[in-house]
Amino acid sequence: MNFILTSVIALGAIALISSVVLYLVSKKFAVNEDPRIGTVSELLPGANCGGCGFAGCSGMACALVAGADNGSIEGLRCPVGGGEVMEKIADTLGMAASSSEPLVAVVRCNGTCDNRPRIAEYDGLHTCAAVNSTSAGETECGYGCLGCGDCVGVCQFDAIHMNPETCLPEVDEEKCTSCGACVKACPRNIIELRKKGPDGHRVYVQCVNKDKGAVAKKACSVACIGCGKCEKVCQSDAITIENNLSYIDFNKCSVCTKCVDECPTGAIVKINFTIKKEAEVEA
Amino acid sequence: MGKLIVSLSPHAHGTDSVEKNMFGVVIALIPAILVSFFYFGLGSVVVLLSSVAFCMFFEWAITKYMLKREPTLTDGSAIVTGLLLGMNLPSNLPVWIVIIGALVAIGVAKMTFGGLGNNPFNPALVGRCILLVSFPAQMTSWPMAGQLTSYLDARTGATPLAIMKQAIKSGDASILDKLPPATQLLLGSNPTLGLGTIGEVCALALLLGLGYLLWKKIITWHIPLSIIATVFVFSGLLHFVNPVYANPLSEILSGGLMLGAIFMATDYVTSPMTHKGQLIYGIAIGFLTVVIRNWGSYPEGMSFAILIMNAFTPIINLSTKPKRFGEVVKKLINKGN
Amino acid sequence: MRLHTFKIGGVHPEENKITAEIETRNAALPKVAIFPLGQHIGAPAKPVVKRGDVVKVGTLIAEAGGFVSAPIYSSVSGTVAKIDTSIDATGYRKPVIIINVEGDEWEDGIDRSEKIESIAEHPELTPENISDTIKKSGITGMGGAGFPTFIKLCPPPTAKAECVIINGVECEPYITSDYRLMMEHAEEVIVGLQLLMKATKVERGYIGIEENKPEAIKLLTQLTADDSRIEIVELAQKYPQGGEKQLVDAVMNRQVPAPPAIPVNVGAIVQNVGTAYAVYQAVMKHKPLFERYTTVTGKQVKNPGNYLVRMGTTFAELIRACGGMPEGDNKVLAGGPMMGKSVMSLDVPVTKGTNSITILSGDDAHRKAMQPCIRCGKCVEVCPMGLEPYLLATLSANKLYERMENEGATSCMSCGSCQFTCPSHRPILDNILQGKGVVMGMIKARNVKK
Repeated sequence: MNFILTSVIALGAIALISSVVLYLVSKKFAVNEDPRIGTVSELLPGANCGGCGFAGCSGMACALVAGADNGSIEGLRCPVGGGEVMEKIADTLGMAASSSEPLVAVVRCNGTCDNRPRIAEYDGLHTCAAVNSTSAGETECGYGCLGCGDCVGVCQFDAIHMNPETCLPEVDEEKCTSCGACVKACPRNIIELRKKGPDGHRVYVQCVNKDKGAVAKKACSVACIGCGKCEKVCQSDAITIENNLSYIDFNKCSVCTKCVDECPTGAIVKINFTIKKEAEVEA
Repeated sequence: MGKLIVSLSPHAHGTDSVEKNMFGVVIALIPAILVSFFYFGLGSVVVLLSSVAFCMFFEWAITKYMLKREPTLTDGSAIVTGLLLGMNLPSNLPVWIVIIGALVAIGVAKMTFGGLGNNPFNPALVGRCILLVSFPAQMTSWPMAGQLTSYLDARTGATPLAIMKQAIKSGDASILDKLPPATQLLLGSNPTLGLGTIGEVCALALLLGLGYLLWKKIITWHIPLSIIATVFVFSGLLHFVNPVYANPLSEILSGGLMLGAIFMATDYVTSPMTHKGQLIYGIAIGFLTVVIRNWGSYPEGMSFAILIMNAFTPIINLSTKPKRFGEVVKKLINKGN
Repeated sequence: MRLHTFKIGGVHPEENKITAEIETRNAALPKVAIFPLGQHIGAPAKPVVKRGDVVKVGTLIAEAGGFVSAPIYSSVSGTVAKIDTSIDATGYRKPVIIINVEGDEWEDGIDRSEKIESIAEHPELTPENISDTIKKSGITGMGGAGFPTFIKLCPPPTAKAECVIINGVECEPYITSDYRLMMEHAEEVIVGLQLLMKATKVERGYIGIEENKPEAIKLLTQLTADDSRIEIVELAQKYPQGGEKQLVDAVMNRQVPAPPAIPVNVGAIVQNVGTAYAVYQAVMKHKPLFERYTTVTGKQVKNPGNYLVRMGTTFAELIRACGGMPEGDNKVLAGGPMMGKSVMSLDVPVTKGTNSITILSGDDAHRKAMQPCIRCGKCVEVCPMGLEPYLLATLSANKLYERMENEGATSCMSCGSCQFTCPSHRPILDNILQGKGVVMGMIKARNVKK
């Protein structure tokens, strides 16, 4: 019995001494952190996706508190949490919430297996970065989507998937948080963050081919040939043609869809319109 | 017309493949397997067959149902693990213990880390050591030679290593006179002693396997030679200082040394990648083996020595770099500046 | 006697020198000639002709675009059709000059006679005017690399050239164009070497040839018997003996350190045997570089052979002349199977560095399925630069580029020995090249900051 008693007393004493030491150390070496940072961190989604431009949610929290001290949190926005979260944070910090429109990732290539014939078969490391640095891909278009799915691999929100029939990635609007990871992952800058638009209506050029018109059309039947018809018909001065490629500025676009009708190859598409004559919809 | 295929260079490939290397090891084991049939008969057949069969079964089942991937039994690595595990077991081991060994070797030591190429420890040795620690009685009863039709009921005896251990413990060098002469150790043919595990008895058969592996360039000489040489030199020193330690020739021909040096320590996945690293690895294994054999509580230290050095392989890889092209000249140029 | 060889690594791919004994023929004139402006290392050449201009064989059509650059001469006579972009081996479109071929009229200054000129007959030649002629004639490395030759001939002030080594190794499987050149124009090659020695003011010259070309070794040894400065070195057959650093190691027993060091830092200037021949033609025959020896080969090619090709001829035309594309899937390579580039289209032209068109058919055209790395260490054993390919590939895949640089990624010569050997058929070199590109970019950015 004796040894049980001595063991219990000995271990109990060690436990007591350790807990006192731990308590004292935690107090002496405590890091003084502004308690607001903790509160704001709680409000943030905690995905650490980097979409705000900071390394993680704690980085964003520090920036928000620093911004509040400096008088404004304009320009800081968590794309995952969206307007709701930003308003709550603004309330907590006693600031006005920053205002900006929701964005969504858009894949600016429509070079499906039907539109853009494959002239070779690539046999090697199947990442878009690898294929891009060594060859134009499997088609005659050296600007189009390579289909290896680097964008799919980096998405933390399950919002982009490869469609096996078209061999192109498709963005799920509901899940996309416009964090920008897929934009960075695409070696050909095919994915762009564009405004979701009123009721989700948006118009954009689904092509990034900068070759001359005849060459682009030979490679892909729905390529932009840089003919300029869209530029002429645009009433909002939103379209510019540069390097044989048309580009619609989403800040100026009024979503009138006149350019969609004018485009001879069908390179310009309109999304989420419920009227008949809908172009390929991104689901 | 067919398609134009595009890829980066090189566009040619040598004849080597994973299968060639794995089945090459199996072929190199054939002399030792045949010798084991000769000495242990039925026991050896049962243990080896069940080890291979269950290793293959567990790998197939785990890959297909737990990892949900296509099983890759055809690469031969499960067969090699099964054979090597079996070679490390005594021939009178009950099948249910062999099954546990196979489950540990494949399931715990290999598949939990991600399968082929990812395991830090040699799967067969992990299986063997877990069995040794869990079933010490069954794992250390050694059948004597020639009982071809007996399996669980074989008569057992002490092994040469057990004799050496006794000599050291008692401090009486004359006990070593009971050791068989070197030729009998080489061929494994002593009739009065327990021989050891299935694979370790006949050093000659194992050396034939070494010759095959070197000829087919499946392994290089660095690991086997450094292990055997280190054990020889270190145990020779000890024997010279105090004759209670066995002579070096008996040391290298007894126990699992040959099997370990040729087949276990040379496992690709768990051994260092550079020749310099392999020499360091081999020397350390030899040293540890002698230490454990002489001053540890087990008579055989090879398996533990190899597992310990497996843990050091990543550090050895980090710190031994091959000689870079132009390194010497660069050093001279830098010195000149 | 043990043959000279390089000291670290190396592999032994199957030789497949199907076309070794086929005498070189003139390839038919193309109908359209395409001249890529960026077919050499350095700044692309700038066109000096425009659409509609009439040119002859040997007319200058593009001038050097900078110091590290080279001019381009027309290999055909005809009319300039357009200056446009066209697909190159990688499938990307690059600027080219396209000429519609009419007839075969040559520029007047070119000496088309068969007479072999020797240096003794031309005492007026000086090192400066030899270098200058080489520069003006647009000669770049003809072994495939495409480095402007005249730059190699003026070493940086910290390095002193001791010898010129002619690379007649041709270690790549299938390719036999250098071998045929040595058998058919050995004397001119030797004079070319002597011209290079004069231009670089060295007193030693070597010609390195692998042991699988005994006839060439015998012939060249005979012809250089009277020049004690030149030695023919027989080399053990091992890939990549033809790499310039490996060649210097084998011939001079000196190893060139990691970049930015170059062979001349240990005293050697290495030139391909085709370059030596081009130097002879430029200096002695006033013929700029516009045609070259090219092998068209492959196990299922109906009529493989060695051709004297006018640059700008498309692969399609040459392959048609050799019996057309084989049935089934094929890989068409500009170069050999170890380091050649696979082309996406047959409308790619022959350029200054195209030493071979190799067609791999059937099973040879496809890679085998990849398995996990079994850490066998064979890639480390065979790497001729003493690197650890498995480590570089893993670092690249995990984007650890700084560590890649520390592990010597810039020394990688892309020889492919690692991937050739790997039992698991892993794309080791694919991964290394990915990372190497990023590392080179990082180094460039760092140097710009300095």
